[in-house]
Amino acid sequence: MPLIDVRDLARTFVVRKRARGMRRTRTEVRAVRDLTFAVESGEMVGYIGPNGAGKSTTIKMLTGILVPTAGHLHVAGLEPSRRRTDLARRIGVVFGQRTSLWWDLPLRDSFELLQKIYGIAPDRYRANLAEFVELLDLGDLLDTPVRQLSLGQRMRGDITAALLHDPEILYLDEPTIGLDVVSKGRLREFLRTLNAERGTTLLLTTHDLQDIEALCRRVMVIDHGTLVFDGDLAALHREGGSTRTLVVDLLDEAGPIEVPGATVRRTEGPRQWLSFPTDASAAPIVAAVAASYAVADLSIQEPDIEDVIRDLYGRPDRS
Amino acid sequence: MGEALGVVRDAPRQYARIARLWVRSSLSYRASFAMLTLASLLLTFLDFVGLGLMLHLIGDLDGFALWEIALLYGASGIGIGVADLLIGSVEQIGQHIRSGTLDAMMVRPVPLIVQVCADRFALRRLGRISQAVAVFAWAAWSVDWTPSKVVVALLMVISASAIFFALFVTFSCIQFWTQDASEFANAFTYGGNTMTQYPLSIFPSEVLKSLTFVIPVAFANWYPCLYLLDREDPFGMPGWFAVAPPFVAALMCVIAGLTWRTGVRRYTSTGS
Amino acid sequence: MLYVAIATRGFRRYSTYRAATLAGIFTNCVFGVIYSYAYLALWAQRPDAGGYDATDAVTYVWIGQALLMTVALWGGGTTDDLAERIRTGDVAIDLYRPVGLVPWYLAADLGRAAYHFLTRGLAPTVVGFLVFDIVLPGSAVATLAFLVSMVLAVVTSFAIRFLVASTAFWLMDQSGVKMLSGLAALFLSGMVLPLVIFPEPLRSIALALPWASYLQTPADIWLGKRVGADLLAGLGLQVTWIVVLVGLCQVVVAAATRKVVVQGG
Repeated sequence: MPLIDVRDLARTFVVRKRARGMRRTRTEVRAVRDLTFAVESGEMVGYIGPNGAGKSTTIKMLTGILVPTAGHLHVAGLEPSRRRTDLARRIGVVFGQRTSLWWDLPLRDSFELLQKIYGIAPDRYRANLAEFVELLDLGDLLDTPVRQLSLGQRMRGDITAALLHDPEILYLDEPTIGLDVVSKGRLREFLRTLNAERGTTLLLTTHDLQDIEALCRRVMVIDHGTLVFDGDLAALHREGGSTRTLVVDLLDEAGPIEVPGATVRRTEGPRQWLSFPTDASAAPIVAAVAASYAVADLSIQEPDIEDVIRDLYGRPDRS
Repeated sequence: MGEALGVVRDAPRQYARIARLWVRSSLSYRASFAMLTLASLLLTFLDFVGLGLMLHLIGDLDGFALWEIALLYGASGIGIGVADLLIGSVEQIGQHIRSGTLDAMMVRPVPLIVQVCADRFALRRLGRISQAVAVFAWAAWSVDWTPSKVVVALLMVISASAIFFALFVTFSCIQFWTQDASEFANAFTYGGNTMTQYPLSIFPSEVLKSLTFVIPVAFANWYPCLYLLDREDPFGMPGWFAVAPPFVAALMCVIAGLTWRTGVRRYTSTGS
Repeated sequence: MLYVAIATRGFRRYSTYRAATLAGIFTNCVFGVIYSYAYLALWAQRPDAGGYDATDAVTYVWIGQALLMTVALWGGGTTDDLAERIRTGDVAIDLYRPVGLVPWYLAADLGRAAYHFLTRGLAPTVVGFLVFDIVLPGSAVATLAFLVSMVLAVVTSFAIRFLVASTAFWLMDQSGVKMLSGLAALFLSGMVLPLVIFPEPLRSIALALPWASYLQTPADIWLGKRVGADLLAGLGLQVTWIVVLVGLCQVVVAAATRKVVVQGG
């Protein structure tokens, strides 16, 4: 049985607004519908979608904070909303934009509180704390009140807080938001190590497609409450009809290059951009171009995942 | 049902663990802790000074002497003081919802109510309790004690705490529906406490009936104290009301528990 | 004018807390009822304590509830923002602005007071009027004088709250001082018991202090206990305290500015 088992999950919200005059309108918003997927233990899954697509709603249902309106949902064999406190021992959650640490207390105190709350054995706690403090570079910050920490520091604190009790699953809701490039890189490295060494299952929602590229072999794309894609990264590129680009610098300006298997997208003086399917090899095209034209230089650009996703979002609903 | 019993069994231990840490943390800011404890002690003492001044003026209030009022005042004060110490933080639930920390609490393996009540456990709230105990002790000196009165007095103090406990929780639950209205609970908790500082005979019978049958704070001190003071009930209520507080308290706690569950259910069913 | 804009913004900001206002009005009414009966019991045994009769006393209770939030008797109001900005250091920006710190926060507080007067001032008074026998001001002059006195009370309260908040410049945190100040205000304004029934010499001392301005003075004007020269004397004392306290505020601002600019913190 998969660790996270979701079938036909749905969540509808009723939104009451005060319209013009005294009348109140009542609209039903289907935040999530017909959501089906399964995650096995040890996977690292990226969960992406535009704003309002239903990512946070899904996480809330998975952690038991929100009751689904319909469908079947089991995490580690438990129904999250019914067995919330039992499940709590086995999961860790990092909320990107708000902290679960105690604002006025030093970081160390927050961790100790969590030790008491989760009932972590003292030696296990010390070992974990030492390891995360070192990996996430928190040594100097342990005695600083949380409210004085920078966003990146707080995020590292939150991650430590979520992992002290050795959860099987770690949910991260937009963890790299607002971080600088260096911090993002360090965080991704940490998460990779975590998954590799401890086998922690990771489910990561994010807007940052670089996170996906760096971390997740598997990607789920959600839009308007339903999955539009579930597979690995390579398949995502193929599905998105993404193309690679061959940038050709000719010795002199010329008309559009004509070569089988590639189409010219753009020209700018002697430089031309040719696109060809992602799964095709660049070699024959390069050879053909070099054979027929006087080439000064060539380079290949990988597909832009942004375009891929945008393309997927733009697809009409598949119900 | 089994889960509920498990909660009751583990809850005190989990609560104590969390509370201890907050105490340790607040003691590290010794000066501020001392000042705030002093301030809270003075604040509640002021209440009594007001009453004292009043009685200095008139000798007795509606036939009740200062020491008799002190008994009422002390009992009610102990009740709300203990409740405030142990679960007063439940009033902040609106803050937790607004800032998202309620979600963080919900994904932890300790019952939500324990976490909310133990949050920011403040030992300085002992200020109110110690002041009330002092006043009650002074008044108790003049009571004509018998063994049954001692039992009644003990039950009264415990029940008073439970009654205020229930009031705090029940009326704080409105914050599951609107996070703005945290002051709503005050009308019932601190209002109830203030009302019961006075002999209830100063109020018309409608008020007394509300305080007996609607929001039963009268059982926190009034009925038991009438027995302790060997007084006839000015409204002619049955004498056995003096031993009813434990049952009233139990009933109110059940209602509080149901209200809390309804509030949490609403939160998990509609999101925030 | 700039200050009108600030005041309007203050008003509007507090008006968004609708549920809190309703809850607050309810609380005011509950306490109004409690104290009314308590005072009725007291005055039943001493029918003219402090020169009041029973109806005066009950009216006093409801005036007290009405002024509680308007005057921010327990503390609070815009000076809490000041204390917070001092704590985070943002106040440094405020100190460099061409507008003085005191006038800025005062204008905003007056806006807040206007909102609280219209909601948590008037509503409980109406309830009190319906449920109990209360007296209304005896003349147009008395009504006008009451309103003037009330505004002076707000300004006095502001000045004291400002001083309390500015202790944050030196103590980092106003909460301890704020609590003690609230205590003093509660007692010395006449909220716990009318100052007029305090025994001497406490009575005279309390009436001479600025806190008497919060409730006792306006109430006495409303109840017609202060008329003619007495009324003017009351208003005069309020004004005198305002001059002294606001002057103190400016001194504190100057000292704080020096501290922030010179020490950078």
